[in-house]
Amino acid sequence: MSTAAVTDKRPSTLRGASLPKWTPWAIAAGSIAVAVAIGLGTGLDSRIQWGLIAGLLFLLATYGVAARVEGRRQAKDRIATALVWVAFVLAVIPLASLIWATVERGVKVLDVYFLTHSMGVVADSEPGGGIYHAILGSLEQVGLATLIGAPIGILTAIYLVEYGRGNLARAVTFFVDVMTGIPSIVAGLFILSLMLMFDMQPFGFAGSLALAILMMPVVVRSTEEMLKLVPNELREASLALGVPKWRTILKIVVPTSIGGIITGVMLSVARIAGETAPVLLLVFGNPFINANPFEGAQASLPLYIYQQYSQSAGSQAAYDRAWAASLTLIAFVMILNLVARGIARWKAPKTGR
Amino acid sequence: MAKRIDVSGLTAYYGSHKAIEDISMTVEPRSVTAFIGPSGCGKSTFLRTLNRMHEVTPGGRVEGKVLLDDEDLYGHGIDPVSVRREVGMVFQRPNPFPTMSIFDNVAAGLRLNGNFKKSELQDIVEKSLKGANLWNEVKDRLNKPGSGLSGGQQQRLCIARAIAVEPKVLLMDEPCSALDPISTLAIEDLIGELKERFTIVIVTHNMQQAARVSDRTAFFNLAAVGQPGKLIEIDDTERIFSNPSVQATEDYISGRFG
Repeated sequence: MSTAAVTDKRPSTLRGASLPKWTPWAIAAGSIAVAVAIGLGTGLDSRIQWGLIAGLLFLLATYGVAARVEGRRQAKDRIATALVWVAFVLAVIPLASLIWATVERGVKVLDVYFLTHSMGVVADSEPGGGIYHAILGSLEQVGLATLIGAPIGILTAIYLVEYGRGNLARAVTFFVDVMTGIPSIVAGLFILSLMLMFDMQPFGFAGSLALAILMMPVVVRSTEEMLKLVPNELREASLALGVPKWRTILKIVVPTSIGGIITGVMLSVARIAGETAPVLLLVFGNPFINANPFEGAQASLPLYIYQQYSQSAGSQAAYDRAWAASLTLIAFVMILNLVARGIARWKAPKTGR
Repeated sequence: MAKRIDVSGLTAYYGSHKAIEDISMTVEPRSVTAFIGPSGCGKSTFLRTLNRMHEVTPGGRVEGKVLLDDEDLYGHGIDPVSVRREVGMVFQRPNPFPTMSIFDNVAAGLRLNGNFKKSELQDIVEKSLKGANLWNEVKDRLNKPGSGLSGGQQQRLCIARAIAVEPKVLLMDEPCSALDPISTLAIEDLIGELKERFTIVIVTHNMQQAARVSDRTAFFNLAAVGQPGKLIEIDDTERIFSNPSVQATEDYISGRFG
């Protein structure tokens, strides 16, 4: 008997029994099948219940199988992985079904005519009409809000990161935190009270002001984080060249983090683009095209969706228009996000040789 | 062009913590002075007081006098920005500006200070890169990002950037500690060339390096952790390494301490 044969027979301390690669898939398929069987057998109607049972079975089966074959430690590892996957699937399902539902119902009336006409001569309960006036209003209100909110937010963040010391900075941080929690309707009421004081009628810019209030804390927070990421060595390198502090901030710190700052601004724009409450109070809504945000009621996409749903007495044509407008809004937000990512990638500090 | 530095009774604080105490020394123009000493003894802090970078750190505060050719850097009405244009600095870790090309990095000091002629910029960048022994390696890729260079090249780029603004004094805070021996040699050779034009002060943990590049060496030490660092002695490098006048210096240099 050779020594090789002896060593072969000795059990390796490094290699344990392991499940084949396809095990998670098999367990997933198995638990779904069992869950469907249980659902049909006991007469459960809700697919959500089926899904939850399947998820639970998947976790239990993973642990059981792995504990038996691979041991306790690997079983714990596998169940952590399984938990992450189940949580991921639970999070994605509502998101995917929301987009699916919006696309499915939205494309029915979404065409060039819909995007280029207003509701001016169309009653809410009849088919026809479009959202041109709402797109115009949304763009103007969100654009003006960004013009006000983004510079103030970015400058506040620069103050907090580059200059802020002591009580003032702490107070600013505190109020930014408080502002983050302001419900949008409260921001609307705040501007509304000002409007009532000066006896003004609803107009687009009033909505922009409320949206700017909602936007500012988000911009401050994200910009602050981005500026903190800029290494201190770069600031010192610039200061040591005899560059004044304000120029260092303008030419070194901000350009280094500009990609992230723009992404933050774009995300906050996406957030305020969907706000309904302050627009409802301050801009009021208008079926006609009003391109002047400083005078007269305007429409906006979220407001249009709400009004089509609530003021059309259950007309199918109005519901279709509301879904199509929702799809437009989602597409608008998605395009903004893609643009933000593009800019972030384009402006990111280059590392290539 | 190079200027003399005359320090007397300098004490520096971080908030209420006294980092270095009562340091006095003279640094001659067109010479290399090396600072050696254990970690935390205040070498870097002292270096940063020489171009008023110490006060950039929150809580940083300085007492005493630093004369740059008879002008007190901490005197009334002195603009720290102007001081830093006269006293340049190279840091421990190479830190080229990541958004800028090699050319823009070298030109950064001039561009950001705004005092240059467009026609001169090209010449100054070329001269500075040649001065930093980097020109031949990067002349074909001046428009590429500076962060794409190797560590040693990046550090020489930072030296080129510092000398492009024509300072009188160049401070170097452990410029070779992140570099391999070959890049270190390149930078040491460079220091030898630069001392013809600048007053150079270099902090180093490498005693052979101090012995190789410097004309004078200062030894810093601290009595105990938490105590302020002090200047133990400053003398000609040869003397410090052969026959120092203080026992603590000899112990540190020969590896016997504590």
